Amino acid sequence: MSDNATQTRDRSVVYRTGLGVVMFIIYGCIYVGFVCINIFAPNLMEVKVLFGMNLAVVYGFMLIVAALVFALIYNWKCMATKDTCDETGGE
Amino acid sequence: MSIFPVILFIFFVALVLGLTFWLANKAKSEKGYFAAGGQIHWGVNGIAFAGDYLSAASFLGICGLIASHGYDGFLYSIGFLAGWIVALFIVAEPMKRLGKYTFADALDAKFDSRGIKLAAAISTLIVSMCYLIPQMVGAGALVRPLLGLSHSAGVLIVGGVVILIVATAGMASTTYVQFLKGGLLIIFSLVLTVALLLRGFSTEPDQGGRMDFYRFKSLPADVVGGEYIPRDETHVYESQHEVNGAIFVKLSKLRELGRDAEGNYTFQMRGITFPIAGYKEDIEAFMASPEDHEDIRGAVFAKHDGKPCIKTMAWWEMEKLEDGTVVLHERASEARSAAGRKFINAVPVRDDQQLQLGHASKIQGKSGAGVKTGPVGPFKFLAIMGDPETEVIRWVPAGNIEEEGFTIALFRPLPTAGNTLMRPGLKFKNKLDFISLMLALFFGTAALPHILIRYYTVPSEAAARKSTIVAIGAIGFFYILTMYMGLGAIVNGTFNPASSNMSAPLLARSFGMVIFSIISALAFATVLGTVSGLIIAASGAIAHDILDRFSGLKMNEKQKVNVGRLAAFAVGLIAIILGVIFQGMNVGFLVGWAFAVAASANLPAIIMLLFWKKTTAKGIVASICVGTVAAVGLILISPDMYQRYGLDPGSSILPFSNPGIMSIPLSFIVLVIVSLLTQKRSESPATST
Repeated sequence: MSDNATQTRDRSVVYRTGLGVVMFIIYGCIYVGFVCINIFAPNLMEVKVLFGMNLAVVYGFMLIVAALVFALIYNWKCMATKDTCDETGGE
Repeated sequence: MSIFPVILFIFFVALVLGLTFWLANKAKSEKGYFAAGGQIHWGVNGIAFAGDYLSAASFLGICGLIASHGYDGFLYSIGFLAGWIVALFIVAEPMKRLGKYTFADALDAKFDSRGIKLAAAISTLIVSMCYLIPQMVGAGALVRPLLGLSHSAGVLIVGGVVILIVATAGMASTTYVQFLKGGLLIIFSLVLTVALLLRGFSTEPDQGGRMDFYRFKSLPADVVGGEYIPRDETHVYESQHEVNGAIFVKLSKLRELGRDAEGNYTFQMRGITFPIAGYKEDIEAFMASPEDHEDIRGAVFAKHDGKPCIKTMAWWEMEKLEDGTVVLHERASEARSAAGRKFINAVPVRDDQQLQLGHASKIQGKSGAGVKTGPVGPFKFLAIMGDPETEVIRWVPAGNIEEEGFTIALFRPLPTAGNTLMRPGLKFKNKLDFISLMLALFFGTAALPHILIRYYTVPSEAAARKSTIVAIGAIGFFYILTMYMGLGAIVNGTFNPASSNMSAPLLARSFGMVIFSIISALAFATVLGTVSGLIIAASGAIAHDILDRFSGLKMNEKQKVNVGRLAAFAVGLIAIILGVIFQGMNVGFLVGWAFAVAASANLPAIIMLLFWKKTTAKGIVASICVGTVAAVGLILISPDMYQRYGLDPGSSILPFSNPGIMSIPLSFIVLVIVSLLTQKRSESPATST
């Protein structure tokens, strides 16, 4: 691999790592919010918020759906940086 | 027992073994054996990830926990899924970039430290063992209703088949078994959920006409000489016991026997016909004898007007009302003798038959016999479940009685409002325990050895990332389905309070033997696949990390593969023994411990290696050792283990059962301190990625 390619790859790795950390922190905050409501205000979870479903169910499902949405955004951003993963073969 | 589940089970096992032998030639080299050659497509690997992850804990354990504790069970689903965020954003690509076959490879990539190789290998073995126990327990629970075999036989079958799979074709066969099983499990769980929604709710669920709804009764009684005698003289007082502060009275009643179309003996109770399993010849011999009554293996038969009768023995709980009158309430019971005889609610049954309870007594304010909703949508289902005007009858353990060679487990109904069931609080009374579990689940996924090694089966970092995303989609969808399956079990009279692990398969059985057989066979394949992955991880730790890289034994490719196979055999044997010892514990709960050990032993080392430049090899070794010992040690002195030892859980010095809240931070702290203390004297520090 040429020096240029190595540098591009290093930059791509740094970008992906940084993006991963930021997205992890954002998701982590949503998760911590969920845990905190369960601990400090469990009664709040009874409140109906969507289609007759309570906050506990909606927040729980939202955490699952958000994980997939975050994952797709992460992948899209990684692909958009034209990372050099293709060079290492076999996607 | 129907022959169809047996055929389907044999077909599944044959399919898995056929695939294994077909792929055997891919496991001739070390890379082929431990990493499936590193050329698996990311889509296949993603579903295989789901197969690895959707273990007995997810399918059997979580559905069981939701059925027994409502929303609190679903918290496991959320924690298990959220953990994949750590795997994707923090661990996936560096693991692929740094490692070769095992988690130790990646940790050790920058240091070449023998200490890291050994510590990481040992932690891999311990975490794999912690994770193996619930899988084997799940296998034992499954074979009883599926094949009519004992728990030990189930554990032995799984152990044997898995050893064969792993020893023959290593990671290649494990990957494709996981891919097939993961995909099929999600598809059929969806089928089961759709069927459940189409059935809707009923205050008297009859399993689509397959099983009549049993109405438990109450009887007025008088106190005579300290004994509680029912006023209805057809019920005869037999004995009474005090159980956990409550009085339980055994009443017998003579019921005439009839015959079904196949000539088997039956009797009527509450308008329902019950078959008598396993006594046909005994009853005929008794009728030919001059005896008036006879106790045959715990079932009492008598003659009345020349006709055969059974004397049913049911357990009733005494309640003294405010006005001083006494009422006896019929309770559910499961009695087992040392000789293997089993009675459910006074009815002699086969060993594979299960206690099945739970229903909605009130549906959005409507109560009484025959209230039905008809088909409901997925949102409506959850809205009805969470409505304060919905009332679900959950059955909870009331205690055990030892009498006449039988151990009788008693269960009483606990009416629970929908809004209480569908909010946190039924299981996690202790906030520390809850925080600890959510922490362990969030950080444990990305530290599980059998998940980490799957990053080496794909060709690139991008493929590792994409396969993780596929896994998140598949696993997340499945976890949403667990909510429906778990709640479905409790309102369809398919919850067995004596073994919550069987909730999903029993719910499937309420829709007929075909879907029950498919779901059960898939659940069994689930165990097979996950155990295979765990054994591969453990075998890699022994053969690759310890013998090859730590000990420096000179081995050629063939010898390395053979050592891996031998290691797989040994780990498989240990798993079988542990699976028998831990019979009866909820598998989802047990897996919570495995996650805590993984999160404490491995994750701090992975994260600090990647993000803290001052991390040293000695810091990593210390963190792994302290994390592992702390997590395992805390588990051993936890209230739940005290209960397992037969001690009072309240006498444990720990206020929580999941160790994560202490052991994870401790492992981080130890890594930081030891790394700072060994900066100059030892190896060069890690560089951040």
